[in-house]
Amino acid sequence: MSAAIELRGIKKNFGDIAILRDIHMSIAQGERHALIGPNGAGKSTTFNMISGYMAPTSGEVLLRGEVISGLPPYQINRRGLSRSFQVTNVFANMSVWENLRCAVLWSTGQRYAFWKNIDKLPQVRERTAQILADIHLTARRDVPAGLLTYAEQRALEIGITVAGGADVILLDEPTAGMSHAETERAVALIRRLTEGRTLLIVEHDMSVVFGLADRISVLVYGQIIASGTPEEIRGNPKVKEAYLGEEAA
Amino acid sequence: MSDIVSSAAPPLPNATEKLRFYGMWLVAALVLALLPKVFGSGTALTTFSLVGISIIFSLSYNILLGQTGLLSFGHAVYYGLGGFLVIHAINIIGGNKLPIPLPVVPLIGGLAGLFFAVLLGWVSTQRSGTAFAMISLGVAELIASSALILRTFFGGEAGVSANRTKLFRIFGWSFGPQIQIYYLVAAWTLIAVIAMYALTRTPLGRMCNAVRDNPERVQFVGYNPHVVRYLAFCFSGFFAGIAGALAAINFEIANSAYLGAAQSGTVLYATYIGGIGFFIGPIVGAIFVTLLSLGLSDLTQVWQLYFGLIFIAVVLFAPGGITGLLMMHRPLLKAGTLMKVVPSYLVALVPTVAVVAGLVLAVETIVHYTVNPGDDPHITAFGIGFDAASPLVWATSAILLCGGYLIARKTWAWVAQAWNEAAGIAREKGVAP
Repeated sequence: MSAAIELRGIKKNFGDIAILRDIHMSIAQGERHALIGPNGAGKSTTFNMISGYMAPTSGEVLLRGEVISGLPPYQINRRGLSRSFQVTNVFANMSVWENLRCAVLWSTGQRYAFWKNIDKLPQVRERTAQILADIHLTARRDVPAGLLTYAEQRALEIGITVAGGADVILLDEPTAGMSHAETERAVALIRRLTEGRTLLIVEHDMSVVFGLADRISVLVYGQIIASGTPEEIRGNPKVKEAYLGEEAA
Repeated sequence: MSDIVSSAAPPLPNATEKLRFYGMWLVAALVLALLPKVFGSGTALTTFSLVGISIIFSLSYNILLGQTGLLSFGHAVYYGLGGFLVIHAINIIGGNKLPIPLPVVPLIGGLAGLFFAVLLGWVSTQRSGTAFAMISLGVAELIASSALILRTFFGGEAGVSANRTKLFRIFGWSFGPQIQIYYLVAAWTLIAVIAMYALTRTPLGRMCNAVRDNPERVQFVGYNPHVVRYLAFCFSGFFAGIAGALAAINFEIANSAYLGAAQSGTVLYATYIGGIGFFIGPIVGAIFVTLLSLGLSDLTQVWQLYFGLIFIAVVLFAPGGITGLLMMHRPLLKAGTLMKVVPSYLVALVPTVAVVAGLVLAVETIVHYTVNPGDDPHITAFGIGFDAASPLVWATSAILLCGGYLIARKTWAWVAQAWNEAAGIAREKGVAP
């Protein structure tokens, strides 16, 4: 079975500055994989490479064995890869319900239909309702997304990401800026919603990372310096020096 | 239906709501049908026809601006080309005695608008924002200037005319009398409004809103924002073409003014003043602006100046337009606190009207001295005669402006206070966000 995501020699330069230098990474299907590293290591840029937000300077990204690098984001999304954003990125003037419904439309085969009544699509209604209930925002259904609290917006962000039924999910710092209690709820939500799917997550909170991930990759200065199970990463001297050491100090 | 849908999804409209919804359209149709019975004069019928055309045009513009977030400075291109094509079509149909009646001819204008939108839209909808606005302006200038160069098709300065009565007749209607044109416009207005409303309730219509709010995120839910913008543009061109066709049928002529920047500006103006955030906004705007332009041009020589001032005032103080202003009061109405703000409005109205009166007096006086300095200074504006040379008038203007402003500021503060109170109660009652 081919890997869910595979990165082969990804390099990304912004002008003369190399942000990613030769990244190799492989994530098995159904695996929960965390990408950690200090600020500016290139974690979000790696996400941008995989999701098609930017094209790599060189190298290839493979989704289930197929090359996807160079494709526009919507084509990658249609192949079953969905991502969230570090900075909340929702449809601010539209209600929670409409946000989720937009995220469901393509995957239910509506395409650009202008001959169907949106309220008469039972499949769309059902899946939207399901996601809405999953992210516990039923009470906030008709509120414009821009008026939600921060934690609610983050939940909606995750909801939009998983709504299309993609089997590869990329979450970029889903718990950033949350209180301890909110983080716990968010982790439970992520665990539940990504059940049986492949998850790649960028996260700074080490308790989240070690609690959630099957495998961890450590990105430092545009390179993967270690990749392995949480135990292996915890015991890896290079990681301790480069990253975890800072945290401990 | 599963439990999750019944508990989490918004309820589908029940029988009463459905009845009310369809009843609303029925009432609209009845009003349109009975309007000539109440206001039967030729002027009234012409005015109604112009309003109807403007409603279709403004709504088509709002598919771009309000629904998809595309600011176009060249929407008249599709209106005008629809108009020209229809004039040529009428001449061809009449000349060859083709069995095509006038009521279906606006469709030709729509298809013309659609054709040119399909042709010109793909490049311009690549980007939204400034790039789209600039390309729309460029295309508009290109087409408008070719209208004066390509004389065989556009007829140069004079334009092209046609005789609408020479077409194949149904029900014995010649479409010579204005009343018949009114019914033609009214029927097409109703059809177009329903069609454009229905469009907002489709997957494409919803994705247009998503593209307006956040084109970046749209890409990550599987949609290509360029395609969404392009399709919105095509629909917009189609309905603009229908509006242009009706205008051409109404006047029996199409000329370069149909395509020009002024026409593009007027539709932006009407749509924005009505309110781009609501479906009915452009309808309100089209009615308001058409009536205002017809009324104001009789009252004062510089009516366009007042148009500009109104536009600036709306952009600054009521970015939601007239409809936005009215809709703001809905939560208060629901909470029963509307009467808390009405007295403050009435009080504030007095000094505000004084400021406006002072401004008008000043404007008209300045216009007299700058535009017609040699004329008799006894001028009439808004039906009131005064002596522009009299220092008394200048002093009155200054007092109204300055004194009115000072008092108005105080009363507006009072309005704000009353508003906060009323809205606060509405929030507590849970009827306002």
